[in-house]
Amino acid sequence: MSTQSHQNLSLADSKQLSTQQKVASGIGILGLFILVLALFNVNFPNRGLVLASALGLIATGAIWFANNAYLSKSKGIKNDGVWFKSISSRGLTGWITGIALTSFYIVLYFKPVWLGMGIDGAKNTGLIALFDPLSKLLSGNPASQWFVYGTLYTLAILIFGYKFILKYRHNKYEQLRTASVMFFQLAFAFLIPEFMARLNSDSFSLPYYDLKNIWPLNYYNFEQYRVDDFISAGDVGLGLLIFGLVSIFVITPILTYKYGKRWYCSWVCGCGGLAETAGDAFRHLSDKSTFAWKVERWVVHSVLVFVVLMTTAVVYSYLGDDSSQYWLTKNVFLYSVAGLLTIVFAGVLFFKRQELAKDAKLGAIGYFVIIITLIAMHQFGMRLFYFEAETLRSSYGFLIGSIFSGVIGTGFYPIFGNRVWCRFGCPMAAILGFQQRLFSKFRITTNGGQCISCGNCSTYCEMGIDVRAYAQKGENIVRSSCVGCGVCSAVCPRGVLKLENDSMNGRINSQSVLLGNDVDLMDLLNQK
Amino acid sequence: MEHIVIIGNGISGVTAARHIRKQSDKKITIVSDETDYFFSRTALMYIYMGHMKFEHTQPYENHFWEKNRIDLKRGRVKTVETTSKTLIFENNESLTYDTLIIATGSKPNKFGWPGQDLKGAQGLYSKQDLDTLEEMAPNNKSCQRAVIVGGGLIGIELAEMLNSRGIPVTFLVRENSFWNGVLPQGDSEMINRHIKSHHIDLRLATNLKSIQDDGNGRVKSVIIEETGEEIPCNVVGLTAGVTPNIDFLKSSAIETDKGVLVNRQLETNIKGIYAIGDCAQQREAIGQRRSIEAVWYTGRMMGEVVAQTICGNPRTYNPGHWFNSAKFLDIEYQTYGWVFSEKNKPVYEAHFHWKHDDDTKCITVAFHKENQQFLGINTFGIRMRHEVFDRWLTEKRDIDFVIQHLSEANFDPEFYKRFEKDILKTYQNQFQNA
Repeated sequence: MSTQSHQNLSLADSKQLSTQQKVASGIGILGLFILVLALFNVNFPNRGLVLASALGLIATGAIWFANNAYLSKSKGIKNDGVWFKSISSRGLTGWITGIALTSFYIVLYFKPVWLGMGIDGAKNTGLIALFDPLSKLLSGNPASQWFVYGTLYTLAILIFGYKFILKYRHNKYEQLRTASVMFFQLAFAFLIPEFMARLNSDSFSLPYYDLKNIWPLNYYNFEQYRVDDFISAGDVGLGLLIFGLVSIFVITPILTYKYGKRWYCSWVCGCGGLAETAGDAFRHLSDKSTFAWKVERWVVHSVLVFVVLMTTAVVYSYLGDDSSQYWLTKNVFLYSVAGLLTIVFAGVLFFKRQELAKDAKLGAIGYFVIIITLIAMHQFGMRLFYFEAETLRSSYGFLIGSIFSGVIGTGFYPIFGNRVWCRFGCPMAAILGFQQRLFSKFRITTNGGQCISCGNCSTYCEMGIDVRAYAQKGENIVRSSCVGCGVCSAVCPRGVLKLENDSMNGRINSQSVLLGNDVDLMDLLNQK
Repeated sequence: MEHIVIIGNGISGVTAARHIRKQSDKKITIVSDETDYFFSRTALMYIYMGHMKFEHTQPYENHFWEKNRIDLKRGRVKTVETTSKTLIFENNESLTYDTLIIATGSKPNKFGWPGQDLKGAQGLYSKQDLDTLEEMAPNNKSCQRAVIVGGGLIGIELAEMLNSRGIPVTFLVRENSFWNGVLPQGDSEMINRHIKSHHIDLRLATNLKSIQDDGNGRVKSVIIEETGEEIPCNVVGLTAGVTPNIDFLKSSAIETDKGVLVNRQLETNIKGIYAIGDCAQQREAIGQRRSIEAVWYTGRMMGEVVAQTICGNPRTYNPGHWFNSAKFLDIEYQTYGWVFSEKNKPVYEAHFHWKHDDDTKCITVAFHKENQQFLGINTFGIRMRHEVFDRWLTEKRDIDFVIQHLSEANFDPEFYKRFEKDILKTYQNQFQNA
C-alpha cells in the first residue's frame, strides 16, 4: 500500500520552475555551452574575453536562479518537493548528472589530453587553452587540467555557496559556515598557491601547497619531491614543511578538542566545501541503515591505516641510513612511528575502553597488530611492508586519491549523496572523527522530551547518521562521522537539536526515559 | 508464556512494546489496521510536501521488530470479548490475549455538517488520509482550491501542505483569532498575520454551514454559515480536533466515556486491560492537564509507564510539568508550564508579552499575580531549553528570576541573534517602572 501511493507523488507540481528560473537556467547553460565548444576545439579569437563571458554567464544564471527561488519566499526551511524533483530524487536528471560528472572525472584524471592538455611542452588546446589567460594572469604559467578543475571547483563553491546562503537566510550558523568554506576555497585552495607559484624562479621553487589541505587528506604532502622542494626553498620552505606537520599533530587536535571536527570538515575543507554547496541538493540521498554505518566504520579506518602505511613507507624510502649526516635516519623514523602509534593505541585502550564498542576494540587491535607486524618484519630483514613504497604510493593515489575521492566521491553525488568520500573514504575525517568521538567538547544536544520522531534530522543528515534514533531517546549525538553542518538542527520542526561545545562530562548520556515523565521513573530506569 | 496484545502501532503502543521487551520475555503482538510498521504520524505532512518519503518516517528499520521478537499483525479489531480474552477481527479471525493494551489513538471530529462524507471531504490523521489527499489534491490543476475547517494544529499543517503545492487555501476558523482558546491574544494575533503573509485566505470567526455535492458525490463547494457565501473548492479539510478512536469497544464490557476510562495505573475497569495514548481518558484529573491528551509525548510516556506495570513494577502515570511544541508555517512554537489564553485563564494568572519588530518572534510568560511565581512560557521563533524550564518550574522560581536568567534557557543555534537584553528592557518598562 505504501509503495503504491508513492507513484502518485509524481503528479506533484512543485517541480515546476518559474519563468525567471527557466531564463536563468538558460543563461547558465549558455555559459556551459561555451566551455563545451572550447572542449571541441572551437578556436576562439579572444580567449580571455570568451572565458570571462562563459564563467560570467554561469555565475549570473546561478545567482539569478537562486535569487528568484529564495528571495521571493519567506525565510525558513526550503525543502518543498525535494523528493519529487528528478535531479534530487535519483530520477533521470539525477542519473544523467551523475554519469556526466563521473565521465568528467575519469577524463580529468586519466585522459587530460582529451581536455586539450599540451603534453611535453606542447601548447594547450581546447578547454585547457581557454583557461590559459586566467592562469597566466595568476601564476604566470599556462593552464593545466588541474587549473581548469580548480577554477571550476572554486566557481561551483562560490555560486552554490551563494545559493545556500540564500536558502538558509534565517540561519546565521549556516551562513557563516558557508562564507567560511567559500573564503578558504577562493583564497587558500585557489589564489594563494597560484601566487606562490609566481615567487618561483630558477633558484627558488616551492611545491604547489594548499595550506589548509592537511595530511592525510593531502596524502602526498611528505613525498620526496615536495620535501626536497621545501628544504631547498630555505626558511620559507622549511616553515611550510613544519606547518604541514604542526597542522596535523598540533592544530588539528586542539581545534577538534574545542569545536569538534566541524572546524575542518564543514568550515575549512575543500571537499567538504563542495559537498556543502554544490552537493547540498543531494544531502538526503545518504544511506541511513545500520549496515551502511558498519561498512563506513571499516572502510574509512582501513583507508586511514593504508595512508599511514603508505606515507611511512614513502618517507622511509628516501631517508638515509647514516646518522652522522642527518639525525632522522630510516631506523629513527620507523621507531618513532611505531612508538607514536603504540602510545596512541595503548592510551586509548587504557583510558577510553569503556567508550569503545566491541568491534571498535577488535578493529583497533587488529589494525595495530598489522602495522606493528609489518614494521617488525622489516626488522627481520624482509622488504618493508612487503610491498615497494612506490607500489603503495601509486596504488593509493589511484584507488583512493583518484577513484574514491573524485570519481565516486563527487561523480556520484546525485546517486549516493554528497558526502560519500567524507564518510567512507577520507582518512583525515577518520582521524578527526576519532578525536571527536573520544576527546572533544562537541556534541549535538537533544532538547528534553520535545522530539516527535518525524525523521527530518536523519533524512537530511548527509553523513547518514540516524540522528532521530538519539533524539527520540533524549540522548546527545556524539558520533565520529558528524561534520557539524548543523542542518539536522535547522530542519527540526520542534527545536530539539543544538550543536554545542561544552564540558566533556556527561557528553554521552544514554537514557531510556526522557525528560517530562515521572521523576522517580526516570531515575529508576536511567540508572540501569 | 504471557501473551501481551497491543492494539495500535502508534507511538504509545510501540513504546509500551519496546519497554516490555527490554524487561521481559513475554510474547508481544502489535495489531494495526493502518500500516505494516510503526511510523511517525506527525511526519505525514512532510511526505506530502516532498521533504521525506514514507520510509523516512519509520523510526526503526524493518528488521528491528523480528530481532526484538515483537510480532506484527495487520487487521482491524471488530470486538473485544473480555470474558474469553479474545479479539475478533473484521475478517472474523480471532486472537487471544492474557494482557491487552488499547492504543488506538484518535480519529478526526466530524460535527454533522451536511456533506461531510462526500468524496474530497477528509481529516488528516492516518496514513490512509494522506493517501486520499494525494489522490484528491495532487496539484493545483486537479484541486483548484481547498477549504480547511478548524483552526488548530492539524488545520495549519494541512494549510502549509496544500500551500506547498501551490493550491489556494481558504482557512475557516471558528474563533475570532487563530487557536485563541489556547494561545494568549498577542501570540495568536502574530500567527494570524503570519498565516496571511503566506497568502492563505484566513477567515476568522467563520463557520462552515454545509459542503455541496457536485452531483457525483464529490465536493463542489462550501457554504459559509455567517454570510451564506459559496466558496468553490475540490477538497475540504476537516480539522476541528480529534476524538478517541474507540467505536469498536462500545459493545464490550470495557467502560468508556469519550475515551477509554483508566485509573492512574492506566488500567481500565477490567483487570489486565490497559489503555494508553490519545484514546485513554483519565478518571482523575492530573494537575491542570486535560483528561484526554492527544499529544505525542504523553502517548510515549504512558507507554513507558504501562510497560513497568505489566512487568511487575506497578507505577502510576505521573507526567511532569506540561510542555509541548508545534510549528506554524515558518514559526516554531514551544511551551513549558501553563500559559492560558484569555478565555481560560485563572484569575491569578498574569502575562508578560514581548514581541520582536520583525513580527516572527515573541514570548509570553505567565506568572502568579500575588506571589510572582513563574507559571509557564510560550516562545515563538526562539528555541528554549526544556531542561532549564522544567527545573525552574520545579524550583518555583519567580518571574524576575526567569527574565533575568533567560539566556541560560536559550537553545537557538550558535551565532543566532539574542534577544534577552531587549526582553529584559521591555519587562522592566512594563512592570518595574509602573
